[in-house]
Amino acid sequence: MAAIDVIGLTAERAAAMLRAGECSSEELAGAYLERIEAFDPALHAYLHVDPELTLAAARTQDQSGNVGLAGVPIAYKDLLSTKGVPTTAGSKILEGFIPLEDADVVARGNAAGLVSLGKTNLDEFAMGSSTEHSAYGPTRNPWDQTRVPGGSSGGSAAVVAAGLAPWSLGTDTGGSIRQPAAFCGLVGLMPTYGTVSRFGVVAFACSLEQVGPMTLTVRDCALLQQVIAGGSERDATCVGLREPIVLPEPGRLDGVRFGVPWAELEDGVDPGIRERFDASLKLATELGAELVDVELPYARHGLAAYYVIAPAEASANLSRFDGVRYGLRVDGPDLRSMYEATRSAGFGPEVKRRIMIGTYALSAGYHDAYYVQAQRVRTLIRRDFDAAFLGVDAILLPTAPTTAFPMGARMDDPLAMYANDIFTLPVNLAGIPALSIPNGLVEGLPSGLQIIGAAHTENTLLRFGAAFEQAIGFDPVPPTLRGGAA
Amino acid sequence: MSAERIELGPDEVRHVATLARLGLDDAEVERLAGELETILGHVATISALPIADVPPTAHSLDVAGALREDVAKPGVTREQALANAPDPSVDGFRVPPIGS
Amino acid sequence: MSAPWQKNGYEAVIGLEIHVQLATNSKLFCSCANQFGDEPNTNVCMVCLAHPGAMPVANAEAIRQATRVGVALGCRIPETSEFSRKQYFYPDSPKAYQISQYDQPMCAEGLFRVPGEGGFDVRLTRAHLEEDAAKMIHAGGEGGRISGSAGSIVDFNRVGTPLLEIVSEPDIRSPEDARRFLTLLRATVVAIGASDCDMEKGSLRADANVSIRPIGSTEYGTKTELKNMNSFRFLERGIEAELERQLEVVLGGGSIEQETLHFDPVAGTLSSLRSKEQAHDYRYFPEPDLLPVHQTEAGLVELGSDLPELPAARFDRLVAAGLTEPTALALAVDADLARYLDAVATDTGDLKTSANWTMGEFSAHLNGAGLSANQSPVTPERLAALIALVVDGTINQTAAKEVFGVLVEDPQATAAGVVVDRNLAQVGGDDALGEIIDAVLAAHPEEVEAFKGGREQVIGFLVGQCMKQSGGRADAKALQGLLRARLNG
Repeated sequence: MAAIDVIGLTAERAAAMLRAGECSSEELAGAYLERIEAFDPALHAYLHVDPELTLAAARTQDQSGNVGLAGVPIAYKDLLSTKGVPTTAGSKILEGFIPLEDADVVARGNAAGLVSLGKTNLDEFAMGSSTEHSAYGPTRNPWDQTRVPGGSSGGSAAVVAAGLAPWSLGTDTGGSIRQPAAFCGLVGLMPTYGTVSRFGVVAFACSLEQVGPMTLTVRDCALLQQVIAGGSERDATCVGLREPIVLPEPGRLDGVRFGVPWAELEDGVDPGIRERFDASLKLATELGAELVDVELPYARHGLAAYYVIAPAEASANLSRFDGVRYGLRVDGPDLRSMYEATRSAGFGPEVKRRIMIGTYALSAGYHDAYYVQAQRVRTLIRRDFDAAFLGVDAILLPTAPTTAFPMGARMDDPLAMYANDIFTLPVNLAGIPALSIPNGLVEGLPSGLQIIGAAHTENTLLRFGAAFEQAIGFDPVPPTLRGGAA
Repeated sequence: MSAERIELGPDEVRHVATLARLGLDDAEVERLAGELETILGHVATISALPIADVPPTAHSLDVAGALREDVAKPGVTREQALANAPDPSVDGFRVPPIGS
Repeated sequence: MSAPWQKNGYEAVIGLEIHVQLATNSKLFCSCANQFGDEPNTNVCMVCLAHPGAMPVANAEAIRQATRVGVALGCRIPETSEFSRKQYFYPDSPKAYQISQYDQPMCAEGLFRVPGEGGFDVRLTRAHLEEDAAKMIHAGGEGGRISGSAGSIVDFNRVGTPLLEIVSEPDIRSPEDARRFLTLLRATVVAIGASDCDMEKGSLRADANVSIRPIGSTEYGTKTELKNMNSFRFLERGIEAELERQLEVVLGGGSIEQETLHFDPVAGTLSSLRSKEQAHDYRYFPEPDLLPVHQTEAGLVELGSDLPELPAARFDRLVAAGLTEPTALALAVDADLARYLDAVATDTGDLKTSANWTMGEFSAHLNGAGLSANQSPVTPERLAALIALVVDGTINQTAAKEVFGVLVEDPQATAAGVVVDRNLAQVGGDDALGEIIDAVLAAHPEEVEAFKGGREQVIGFLVGQCMKQSGGRADAKALQGLLRARLNG
């Protein structure tokens, strides 16, 4: 039988092939596993692959008859707990940790018959924008292996871009799905806060993050969101969807009003990114949409507010890693030395930085000036968006201010690294959804367009995304792959 | 984004590290002091904003809490509970002496 | 209140911090069973073990019970309350933070009344929900104490159990009052079924904040915290000991250090657990994984109207009905016994006699047999029947006690039946008694002379002899009257 060509293969197409009996799940998974074996050593996008387990799961799906999405392979960010399968959160402190249960989203994936290809690399505890902060080594961008894939869901992005999985799940706290999607030429969705269960997702910043799809197409994104979204009894903040996710049909954008916060684009955006963004705006008007200036005056304080709130919550969430019940332990003569030695050895420098900032911001004397003040800024950012959405259907921004930067370029400057997220993190602060789609290439590197909506407007965003996607006609397969190599 | 001037002495860094149970050597204390000063200098810009009467957001959602019915369900076995333990005894998790 | 503690011009200033373990089926934030006594680490799950990715979901019944306690204690219930993270590192706290309530507790200020002649009010500051910590079993060391141990083993069965922390203002002025306050508070919580409040099992824990100040001063002195007193008596004695210690320090010219102390009831000594000078920085912030709890006006009204009779109200009712304060108080704090008495008294129509029997013979029987009122074979109906026979003069007290004994032994027996079977009917009526009196007077001429000569107390002896003659069944009062009449006549 001819090997299945999985390069550029969407999950939707794969599902159709399986249902039509054109191939089996075992063959399909096998094809991905072959590519993983050949090309992942260079990319280092996967942290854990168990071919036997994968093939066994695929065979099980074949035996049940592949209905719906059953038998379609998927990759999971190694922040999502997988029962019986190591989950590291990209950290040494969880090396060898085996979860007792699947995360809710993984359980939903299993219920849909998706077959796990493995766990993907990430910045340690999702803290980062380049995946260079993984304790297990960085991941390379399939578009240019001297560059970063973005982060923290860099591994999840790279596997899809490189044809090592048809789609994947990432998590997004300040842009960690959207920015790597933009860097790797993919579609990424940050869902409305509270629509996808966080149970079993190793927590970074509880009030900001969601699990979301990273895919080759907008339709695949909708398909995967249909699998993972919905209420959960085990997550009190997950109240579920207000309406079911609908698979979008591409079309025009007549009568659509897009808000553009021009004031936020004045500086800090690469010229190439700006050029692609302007081209997207022009395209929007050609498709019948209207552009409206909107003001988000507090969005520019989003970075500061985010880098108080996220580390504050994280500093508490990471306190459980104390060497007592699981994970790394470095012994000491007494309890306190054990705690300190364990956490010192187990956490990388970025995680330590954030724990320190968060602890400081919550500590006596600083709590009001930092933490409470940041939460006030958050209220104002939400109000800015609410006001803007009264007059527009969605807001457009570049996803990231630059394309994928070279490895090592921002490691010495934490603030430069944080600046990656200036367009994405206000969305998390407001709890609203945003879709990133590729809108072209800048010197051979993908650029992303971000479509931001009011809470629970995913279907609208997907429809807009599909319209842009069709009009832009971006090929998500890196040229290097077309040539036959990785 | 403008920056404020924040100064963090080594004692203060050590105090924060103690709160977080992070063991830091002298070199790390010095390095972190500098990094934190830079980062905090930027985030501290929000302290000056005249927004004291804006209610802080604790939760993005505007809904009341989802509650759980009071029904006991089996959890995990002791074996499962101890499976990942770094220093299990026969029936529990061992920890070093509390010390001073 | 009872006599306030005042010595050498100083008075006691005492506040209590009480933890009540709520009697729910499951833990506060996960579905593990809320129960005591399991093998270590067999009542745990991913959530209470604080595995990565675990999330809390609040127990609706715990919230309901916490609210009921707040209402029963007279607290204001705010419309919204929030959970908070209280951060500190210790092996008994697996998340290294405890989910508690900081600035928006379930129950706000209240006023708790200890009723009666020596009654007093204690202001309550607040009551809030929080999860219990795990248990540490200290290996090695003396008597399981922490210092000098060779490490510990942690048992997570208890972690996550729902606790309600009730804090009082420092309104208490004597160790005895502290005990009385806690007794009544405990009875109130038990009465509404929110907890079994068993200090030995740890479902009721009380810490005391103790300080002294010059009488008449309105400033507060430095307070110390007394922890882990696991009985009412030890609480009272511990506070007493600490007051004495503080007085000695102050009179000696020293000053009180803020610290946490442990009272050893066997030795009667206090020892320092840790210095509170290095106060924890708990870095409280709202729990992001739990949404605020909302109460409705209608819901609170329904909760309030649904409460049973509370101890203070019962006390007032029983005193108004003519019972003594000590009796009323004993019944106020024992709901089962009070219900029993109500049933008996309704049947007999005589509260006082019913109370005497309930607090007397019946309580003695319960204590001896280790039963609670509703476990006794002597049901309210059976006791009421017995009481009726006493009240109408069919039997005397002595015979009645015998009958009671039979009712205990034989659940099938009826009071009337026993009286007949054992011929216990009181000997009364002038004829029958007259015959006995004749016989006794004839047999004891010296005593008759003595009485007539002025030694009236010999009548007791003569009554006793008559009782003997009657086989103990004579109506003693009637006997006395007739004898006197005969002797004087």
